[in-house]
Amino acid sequence: MLNSLGREIPEYIEGIGKLEPFQGALMKLGKGWMDEPTIPAPNRAYLPHQSKLCKTLEEAIIRSNPQNGMTVSFHHHLRNGDFLLVQTLTILHNMGIREITLASSSLNECHDPILPYLIDGTVTRIFSSGIRNQLGRAIALGVLETPVVIHSHGGRVRSIHTGKIRIDLAIISASAADCEGNATGSHGKSAFGSIGYAVIDARYAKEVIVVTDNLVDYPCIPLSISQNFIDHVVVVDSIGDASKIATGTTRITKSPMDLRIAKLAADVIEQSGFFVPGFSFQVGAGGASLAVAKFIREKMRNKSIRGSFMLGGITSYCVDMLNDGLFETIFDVQSFDAVVSNSLLNNRRHIEIPAALYANPFNCGCITNKIDVVVLGALEIDVDFNVNVITGSEGYIRGASGGHSDTASGAKLTVVVCPSFRGRIPIIKKRVHTVVTPGETVHVLVTERGICVNPAFKELEENLRRAGLNLKDIHDLEVEVDKITGIPGPLEYTDKIVGIVEYRDGTIIDVIHQLKEK
Amino acid sequence: MKPKIAAQSGTFESSDVIFLIEPMADNSGRKLEISSTVMQQFGESFHNIVTEMLDSYNLTDIHLIAKDKGALEPTIKARLETAIKRSMDQQEGTLK
Repeated sequence: MLNSLGREIPEYIEGIGKLEPFQGALMKLGKGWMDEPTIPAPNRAYLPHQSKLCKTLEEAIIRSNPQNGMTVSFHHHLRNGDFLLVQTLTILHNMGIREITLASSSLNECHDPILPYLIDGTVTRIFSSGIRNQLGRAIALGVLETPVVIHSHGGRVRSIHTGKIRIDLAIISASAADCEGNATGSHGKSAFGSIGYAVIDARYAKEVIVVTDNLVDYPCIPLSISQNFIDHVVVVDSIGDASKIATGTTRITKSPMDLRIAKLAADVIEQSGFFVPGFSFQVGAGGASLAVAKFIREKMRNKSIRGSFMLGGITSYCVDMLNDGLFETIFDVQSFDAVVSNSLLNNRRHIEIPAALYANPFNCGCITNKIDVVVLGALEIDVDFNVNVITGSEGYIRGASGGHSDTASGAKLTVVVCPSFRGRIPIIKKRVHTVVTPGETVHVLVTERGICVNPAFKELEENLRRAGLNLKDIHDLEVEVDKITGIPGPLEYTDKIVGIVEYRDGTIIDVIHQLKEK
Repeated sequence: MKPKIAAQSGTFESSDVIFLIEPMADNSGRKLEISSTVMQQFGESFHNIVTEMLDSYNLTDIHLIAKDKGALEPTIKARLETAIKRSMDQQEGTLK
């Protein structure tokens, strides 16, 4: 069957179940109530003064009674510095556990060592918001029989509380924890800031292990994760490589191209009609996206505009803007550098939020619904403004859905920033390889070669035109860029589906086919 | 014809290409080693550019190595022309 974006979606996939096609960003949510019930979370009972401490991760895993076919979950706040996912799967593999469903909130390069477990049947299914590097390559080439499921950060929460993902064992990394499992990422030698993505895992997993390299006296505060959901506590030497978890502060890019794009994007925001006192704002941590914050900061100062809140993945740059009084509050679901952990711990206006409050579409309103302006990146964007952030130009899975579609759907102004080509690969396509975020939720594309407004948003276009900005029709820009780069030869795919991309509401927005290796 | 000396041009930077050229014995033919980060999408186009330019300089006995990181066509042509002219000891200017 075709979804509303014209993508062919199978009705049923073995190992996944029946699929519901995407019908529009707010079609399903617009009903106001959801057919999917919230499943009950497991109830456990612990006796007074019973010890949760285990000597090793292995002991804790054995106590959790692992079985073939189990689902194991992780959170990715330690980014590329995480040690525990690989260690846990190695322990399960050595115990002979097979057919594991891996449900990590995201996967990074540091998880490449689990590739042999995908090949040998230890891990047979994956739910994740992102997959990169060797894993992304192997999965695109068809290492797994069952397609991986790519979800957004908000969609993951929905999947867990509606029972699409049923977690048997959750591993929660904490840079500080006590003997009962109260835990946080906001202090300790491996501090990583907000632990927002793991909160739903703690609530819903049948067994929860908190792993820390910093056991503190009871009680560990703040109670980012609270003891009433924790089964076992393990102390290890190190939960991750501190140099890769979070370092110092985030620097603004010096790339002239990124700065040019960022400056144009800031001009767009300023003239959009949404740059008003009390506006809320989210930017990514990378290149041009973060650089937009630099220009917005100057504009806020110049016009004496004070915003309401900043949301999302938080960098030191956001913290600086909070401390300058440019914004009232930060809502932090993931922290990108060391300074942020410190602010999260000490500033009461810097608030740690769980992923459910951040972006889950199945509740009475997540914070992404309140976003005015969000600036997002793209691997590819097409003439219908559909954005791909998951598959690269070479056909591998090499990105993350993350909060992209969540924030785009909530924001009054979604600005996508990207260069018009990277290397020799045009970024603006007639049709993106994989849709993650539907074009109806993207208002404007900003590239170094011009600004393209989604024609569905006439008033925005009028505002920007009146301000004298260089607007181009996205079809013209697409042709212009193709002339510079040449038209890339097509990649070849088989009929086998290796990945399905869920929209945040659980409908299927696209599928990823197996790449033919040349 | 064949190159007189070994020569190179370009860099390993993204959006650039590096060419290395060295002479081969008479009648040994062309030995091309082309690698590119965009081989799948632009491999054929790259190969054609190289072949056409070598043809235009009548270079038949040549060992050419290209490592491309997504250079645009004008960049590829400029780098290759420079490498060829250097290898034939024809380049004018200071960066001989």
